[in-house]
Amino acid sequence: MKTIFEAKKVWWLLGLLSAAPATILASEWSGYLTAEIRAFERSPLDGEQKGGASAAAIFESEFYQEWNDGDQALEFTPYFRIDSHDEERDLIDIRELSYLHVHEDWEFRVGISKVFWGVAESQHLVDTINQTDLVANPDGEDKLGQPMAQAVYVSRYGDFSAFVLPYFRERTFPGREGRLRSIPWVDTDNPIYESSDEDAHVDFAFRWFNVIGDFDIGLHYFRGTSRDPGFIPEGDSSGRAVLRPYYQQMDQVGLDLQYTKEGWLWKLEALGRETSTDRYSAMVGGFEYTIYGLFGSSMDLGLLTEVHLDSRGLAAPTPFNRDVFAGGRLTWNDDADTSLIAGAFYDPDSGSTLGRVEWERRLKNSYKLEIEAQKLTNIDPRDLFFSLRRDSFLQIAISRYY
Amino acid sequence: MNDKISKTLAFKLGALLAAMPLTANITPEQRGLEIAVEVDLRDTGFGDTKAEMEMILANRHGEKSQRQMAMRTLEVEGDGDKTLITFDQPRDVKGTAFLSFTHKEGPDDQWLYLPALKRVKRIASNNKSGPFVGSEFAYEDLSSQEVEKYTYKFIRDEEVDGAPFHVIERYPVDRKSGYTRQVVWVDRNRYIVTQIDFYDRKDELLKTLAFEDYQQYLDKFWRADRMMMVNHQTGKQTELLWSDYQFGNDYTSRDFDQRSLQNAR
Repeated sequence: MKTIFEAKKVWWLLGLLSAAPATILASEWSGYLTAEIRAFERSPLDGEQKGGASAAAIFESEFYQEWNDGDQALEFTPYFRIDSHDEERDLIDIRELSYLHVHEDWEFRVGISKVFWGVAESQHLVDTINQTDLVANPDGEDKLGQPMAQAVYVSRYGDFSAFVLPYFRERTFPGREGRLRSIPWVDTDNPIYESSDEDAHVDFAFRWFNVIGDFDIGLHYFRGTSRDPGFIPEGDSSGRAVLRPYYQQMDQVGLDLQYTKEGWLWKLEALGRETSTDRYSAMVGGFEYTIYGLFGSSMDLGLLTEVHLDSRGLAAPTPFNRDVFAGGRLTWNDDADTSLIAGAFYDPDSGSTLGRVEWERRLKNSYKLEIEAQKLTNIDPRDLFFSLRRDSFLQIAISRYY
Repeated sequence: MNDKISKTLAFKLGALLAAMPLTANITPEQRGLEIAVEVDLRDTGFGDTKAEMEMILANRHGEKSQRQMAMRTLEVEGDGDKTLITFDQPRDVKGTAFLSFTHKEGPDDQWLYLPALKRVKRIASNNKSGPFVGSEFAYEDLSSQEVEKYTYKFIRDEEVDGAPFHVIERYPVDRKSGYTRQVVWVDRNRYIVTQIDFYDRKDELLKTLAFEDYQQYLDKFWRADRMMMVNHQTGKQTELLWSDYQFGNDYTSRDFDQRSLQNAR
């Protein structure tokens, strides 16, 4: 009965869509297809990892439909990825499947969606809602879609948001045959949850955001399953050593703050987190300064420095326990939107260094070429990147947008 | 409100001065300001607009690339306008949106929305002289033109193809401006700007912007359908083609905030 009812609703909705006058409707598909090759500097450390260059194809498409000048909107973004070397990198995900309803000072969004919090560039510390799709890119910028119900009230005292997150997404990790992974590898088929509700635990979050003059300020509270797993070493069914991800419950408060003055951006993200076994704080802060019209050209150069601190010090299960990031962003301001970003993390305790360079340029009107390199040097055995020490890589990607 | 009064006063003062016999001393600076105030006054009260914009960039070899965007503007009484620009083409920047609060004095406030990360980023806004999305238009060329942003000087009256024009010079107040001066041709019948010559920091002719195909909306407000910017020093040019101009959209400041920046398409 229920399915028939649901099906009826869908037909009713489709009928409504096709019957609505074209003037209030704007719907479209857009997206991209990427071919990506990753070549590693050295052979893998672990005999189970596949050597040689790997190739991947990624397809993401967005359907967008709006009504009443955008006061109601439907968004659907499926995502597909297939990799030649690592089956854990194969992924079908729904990045977005959400319905937005705006009514004056209220906004409601229901479905699978993505939310960004924060101001820093080298690490997204307070960006809590969505799980990281770590295998997409080791920089952690890619996120998985998160089922949610979100309500926002916009007032002169800022935007107040409340989130109900009914389902938890596990972090993706490279598989046994993949590169850029821990040794032993993370067995994502066997996660451990602190909560007996496991991935069905309902999480909550609240956020306040406001712009006050030159300050952009955000505060949040999150209660639920930590997106950052701990790891428990065990044997898998065939007796091989693996790390099982362990997802704890947590309470978290966090702050993100940016002060913008002329060419300067001052940034701070900080959080305090409490779990059943730990209580700690962490921060990332720094500045970005942009020189416009470099040497009389139309190029801009942004200089960036950020400091990472974690109260757990060397014991922190994060590579950003006590690190300094320095980098630059060169923007050509040309019709191909050419840009070059280069930067390095340096750990003053161990001397470990991770450097990254990203260059991109549009070709013709609908292609984009991206070249990315990551180099690890002088990695200390105590550093979390120690198992990646032979995984410096060069990646070339070409995308066709439509 | 105060500003409105001062504008009206300046206008009345201007009219009074204009009515006085020529023997009275009106300096070229006063006459230039008078014309600028009249241009501004005739465009005051438009409320809000929405329009589609096609941008065609051409290099000196004539190779072209194209951008497509939509622009919403909210007139703010007593301050600069608020604008929200959303990109549709090229496809790799589709969904990117740019929110700007312009101010009569001091730096503007600017935010960028990056759809891939769903991230809103406040950006530094002292880049007035920098190119807007790789075009020959600088940010300051496209931001709302407020009387207070320049000082003025009347140069001459002249006829071009039989039509009467005022020619004035204006000098940017902001030291971050990329120009020493701009020569502006003002249509004497409609008080609309038809051409601007931009002179760079070395006072050499840098660019010429021509406004063409003006259309009148609500029986009052003139908007050019075509703007052509030519860079004389590099040979590059950018053409802006405007379409689907709509006034009276009942926009409020709520349509120009962080939330609407994230939701805009």
